[in-house]
Amino acid sequence: MNKLTFADLEKYAKTMADSGPNWVRVSIDTGGIAAGADTVCTIFEKGVGTLGFPVEVRHVGSLGYSFADPLVEIAREGMPRVIYGRVDDEVAHQILQDHLAGRRLLDDHILAWRNRALTFDGPSTHILVKDTSAEKGDKSQFFQFSLAEELKRCNLQDKVQVVRALDMGVYDEGVAVQFLPSRVTYTNVLAPDVARIVKTSVQGKKIIDDLLYKKPDKQVRVVMRNCGKFDPENFQDSLRYGVYQGLVRVLSGMKPEDVIAEMKTSGLRGRGGAGFPTWLKWQITRAVQRTPKYIICNGDEGDPGAYMDRSVLEGDPHSVLEGLIIAAYAIGAARGYFYIRAEYPLAVSRVEKAIADARAAGLLGDNILGSGFSFDAKVRLGAGAFVCGEETALIASIESKRGSPSPRPPYPSERGLFGQPTAINNVETLAAVPAILVRGGTWYSQHGVEKSRGTKVFAVTGKVRHPQLVEVPLGVTLRDIVFDLCGGVFGGKAIKAVQTGGPSGGMIPEHLLDTKVSYESLQELGSIMGSGGMIVMDQDDSMVEVSRFYLRFCVDESCGKCAPCRIGGYQMLQILNRLARGRGEKGDVERIRAISTAMQKASLCGLGQTAPNPVLSALRYFEPEFKAYLEGGVSYARKMSANRPPEPVAAEPANA
Amino acid sequence: MVATATPPSAPPAVNVKINGLPVTIPAGTTILEAARQVQVKIPTLCKDDDLLPTAACGLCIVQIAGQPRMPRACCTPVVEGMDITTHSGALTDIRRTVLELLLSTHPSSCLTCGRNGTCELQALAADFGMRTENIKRIVTPIPPDTSNGSIIIDFTKCIKCGRCVQVCQEVQNVWALSFLDRGINTRMAPAGDITLAESPCVKCGQCSNHCPTGAIVENDETPAVWAALHDATKYCVVQIAPAVRVAIGEAFGLPPGTDLTGKLYTAFRRLGFKAVFDTNFSADLTIMEEASEFIERFVHKRGQLPLITSCCPSWTDFMEKVHYDFIDNFSTAKSPQQMLGVLAKTYYAKKLGLDPAKIYVASFMPCTAKKYELERTNEMYASGYIDVDIALTTRELARLIKQSGLDFLSLPDGKADSILGDYTGAGALFGVTGGVMEAALRTAYFFVTGHNLEQVEFESVRGLQGVKQSEVTINGSTIRIAVAHGLANVESVLEEVRAARVAGREPPLHFIEVMACPGGCIGGGGQPYGVTGEVRTKRAAGLYQHDRDRQLRLSHENPEVKRVYDEFLGRPLSHKAHELLHTRYTARPLYKR
Repeated sequence: MNKLTFADLEKYAKTMADSGPNWVRVSIDTGGIAAGADTVCTIFEKGVGTLGFPVEVRHVGSLGYSFADPLVEIAREGMPRVIYGRVDDEVAHQILQDHLAGRRLLDDHILAWRNRALTFDGPSTHILVKDTSAEKGDKSQFFQFSLAEELKRCNLQDKVQVVRALDMGVYDEGVAVQFLPSRVTYTNVLAPDVARIVKTSVQGKKIIDDLLYKKPDKQVRVVMRNCGKFDPENFQDSLRYGVYQGLVRVLSGMKPEDVIAEMKTSGLRGRGGAGFPTWLKWQITRAVQRTPKYIICNGDEGDPGAYMDRSVLEGDPHSVLEGLIIAAYAIGAARGYFYIRAEYPLAVSRVEKAIADARAAGLLGDNILGSGFSFDAKVRLGAGAFVCGEETALIASIESKRGSPSPRPPYPSERGLFGQPTAINNVETLAAVPAILVRGGTWYSQHGVEKSRGTKVFAVTGKVRHPQLVEVPLGVTLRDIVFDLCGGVFGGKAIKAVQTGGPSGGMIPEHLLDTKVSYESLQELGSIMGSGGMIVMDQDDSMVEVSRFYLRFCVDESCGKCAPCRIGGYQMLQILNRLARGRGEKGDVERIRAISTAMQKASLCGLGQTAPNPVLSALRYFEPEFKAYLEGGVSYARKMSANRPPEPVAAEPANA
Repeated sequence: MVATATPPSAPPAVNVKINGLPVTIPAGTTILEAARQVQVKIPTLCKDDDLLPTAACGLCIVQIAGQPRMPRACCTPVVEGMDITTHSGALTDIRRTVLELLLSTHPSSCLTCGRNGTCELQALAADFGMRTENIKRIVTPIPPDTSNGSIIIDFTKCIKCGRCVQVCQEVQNVWALSFLDRGINTRMAPAGDITLAESPCVKCGQCSNHCPTGAIVENDETPAVWAALHDATKYCVVQIAPAVRVAIGEAFGLPPGTDLTGKLYTAFRRLGFKAVFDTNFSADLTIMEEASEFIERFVHKRGQLPLITSCCPSWTDFMEKVHYDFIDNFSTAKSPQQMLGVLAKTYYAKKLGLDPAKIYVASFMPCTAKKYELERTNEMYASGYIDVDIALTTRELARLIKQSGLDFLSLPDGKADSILGDYTGAGALFGVTGGVMEAALRTAYFFVTGHNLEQVEFESVRGLQGVKQSEVTINGSTIRIAVAHGLANVESVLEEVRAARVAGREPPLHFIEVMACPGGCIGGGGQPYGVTGEVRTKRAAGLYQHDRDRQLRLSHENPEVKRVYDEFLGRPLSHKAHELLHTRYTARPLYKR
């Protein structure tokens, strides 16, 4: 590829990316592949040739609806665009036959649109219907039948198809319907409403105000803005979707100080967990006079249940690279590293391809876009040690040393990689940077609450109905995320707590779920925001067991360098183990507290300092459970382990 | 690498409060150091004065007003206005818990431990008044590594402070020790989980000297010495290295650098040794051979330059393993320990009509590698028997004396034997970095010019700077010399020579002295514990004083050395000298290339 110029980039950004009216986008990311997306993709690639009209099949990143993997988005000329979920081989064949050839939507696989409309802008061609309230006694079929009958009565059966949806994006709102292509959504539809829906809304194209679902989508996609839209391995497509426009703005006249000022306005804080202001990190690193300087993208995501970074790296690697280049420009670095764990081979290969493509196009290397700024980046693999996400251990790992943390100060901004000034930013942070540069810091800071501005991606997993990635403005409540966006607890059980912040975080009990999510608020509750893992626990989960799980994770992942973490974690786990077996001893709770304090205060790095958090927060909110184990002895522990439900299922079965 | 001439400008002073007391100290000082200025000792088990802080143990945490965290004193520099609390209820509680945790993974077998009474963990446990075991003990049984005759690793006693690993990797550049595994399974062990004998270990013993507990100790051979002394058929003789006499006092509560030569002579005789020799004598002899070798190479252009000293067995081991391309540059002269041993079993035996088979030579060295040197090559049996039977460290010597019941400090001063016992100030200098070079230059000057130096002291080779390079002019020709100590410092010097060799240039150096341990033998791995730069300086001062106090300060003037040559060896580098006093080196690369 020839070296690009500013003009080329602008031209690309103005070209429509979608070349034809018929296309199939298959989400090929790790989650999708695990669910069978690549064979589904092959079926489409082979199948479209027999249709007799051109259909483009594309690989895209993930939209984040992990519960419905594999995901396929379909555009068919003259039909509304739809997203199908849980597309297995059979469904793929059906889509080819019924949807692409036969022009009819499939039941039970469509995910309704979240960007719902409030008015009709034309005639409805399809109505999606789904009973959102319960998982048993599903009324979807009844309403599909009623609506279809009513349409038939009005002689509209050929103009409007009623389709059972897989997911409406709203939960516990009774029967919901969504009109396509307008995306107007009604909820709490009752049987008597069917007639007036057809009359007023289908025939009359008028809104029935008492049924209209007016709440806007709580999600705001900044980091995931491009995920699922285009092929992350296709450089030209990335350009057409506006990737590198932030870099264009930066290199066509902004001084590094201006970039830092823009970041300051945005209020963006490190999304890796600690929440250090990004602009300040850059400014401190910039202020150090020694060169060379380094910039590192921390892609060593390791919290149990967290996969935000993986999705972004797989779905939009060029935007992360763009963020890295901008960060390098801001701090004055000539060299950058992606530190990505080796367990993410797809992310690694996509980032490597992105780097190669960008380099070939002159977006990396000497004199980028003729601006005089030179920068290059490469990928280093992490061998899977959780502690290597800690910045000083990460640096040691890149330097081919044992991945153990070192004392700070000196901070990496002063003495980092190879002893030189270094800034380390998380994947999500860097992915947000180009968007901030394109749309402005003020736009970004409109989202958020108090000192926590902007949006954050959360990976919601555990005993939740619809495990998925959600990106929300900070300040939404935990209840919003778990119930409004993810449908609440799986299996209709009562929620007990939400675990945030991974092994460094804590349990937040049900009565505090209305807390607005921010760095500060979660910390006050004894947890942390962390990198964005959110694990939902239901009434059956024993807090002793859950805290034991998290502690064991940290004990396994402790690098072993400092005594409080190395021995403290292990000994605390021994105490929890005997407690869980009903063989707890007098003073065990006090012992746990003493060891926790020592670990929090005397551990060298964040891993050890925060490892007691899950246990401490469990003690804070659920101490009676610990006492019950202590007092109940072996018989109680046996009863608890007999009661323990089977391992949580990742998602509800299809067609539930 | 030569240190730049201009000293770094003094950092600005900052004002802080420690436990309410105002202190003014240079910026950049750590809280740990600053606290000493107000007579406060913050406990630590991992920070060593020789090493950069690793912040492993977690005991040195302090409180700083306005900071929720408790930073580590060892690695936190003071900042203007800091209000530091080093001891409080909360800090003591946490330190106690951390100590409890450490003890919960420690065998606490103090009574049978090599560090009983000198252990830093034991001392802290005593200070904290540990009386109960609140946390269940878990000690993973790992058999000790006794593969190496010099040092023994008892993995169960290791508290993973990292000092040994750091000193092995960073100070010595040997990389024999490392950390394996992670979490609670983290262990210090030779890299690759091999035995110490298979590892790159050069037996310098710096690990044992820096270990806070009994995890790494010298191979204690005092029982073998007792057995020999009690064996009526054996004729036990003893030699004592220069650096031992200025450090042994520390084991008896005296300040470093106190010269106890006379008391040691008496102690040896009371212990039952039939003859008391001094390694300083054979150091003079080494100088005769080595200075002659240098003249051969430098003046008569026979052999490779630079000439590199070889009296440090760790250094020769390291050279054979890593820098074997310098074998031809090595002085073939044996170390003073070995020269004395071979003379005791040949010259001395003949002179006194003794059966050399019955002579038992024990040597007391500041060094763990000297144990290894005894059987280094076939040349160590030049007398027909093992030239030196046993080598013990200063620490073992202190134990031997204590076991004997002698009130060491009250002993009257004694004398060494007149054969193999007299020495010059030059011989005494062998125990300190730069000493071999200085002694050799004094004699080389005489060999070249035929007359003695007026000013015998070479300040340029003295001091604790890692590499000391300078030039000396003898008879109009300039000799470029370098002195390195601490094996990590050798690299740059040898690279300079290699670069010239590759480029076909004249060697940039003519004479290089290397001692493996920082400070030379005075900082040896077998010396009393608690070595710091200050301690090394004091021990070195003791030896320099010793040199000044001697009437004769030039090796070639040692009358006994002259007599040995007259009566037995002929002249330096003679056939007989070669047979008895010289050795060979073999390349033993660690990893196949």
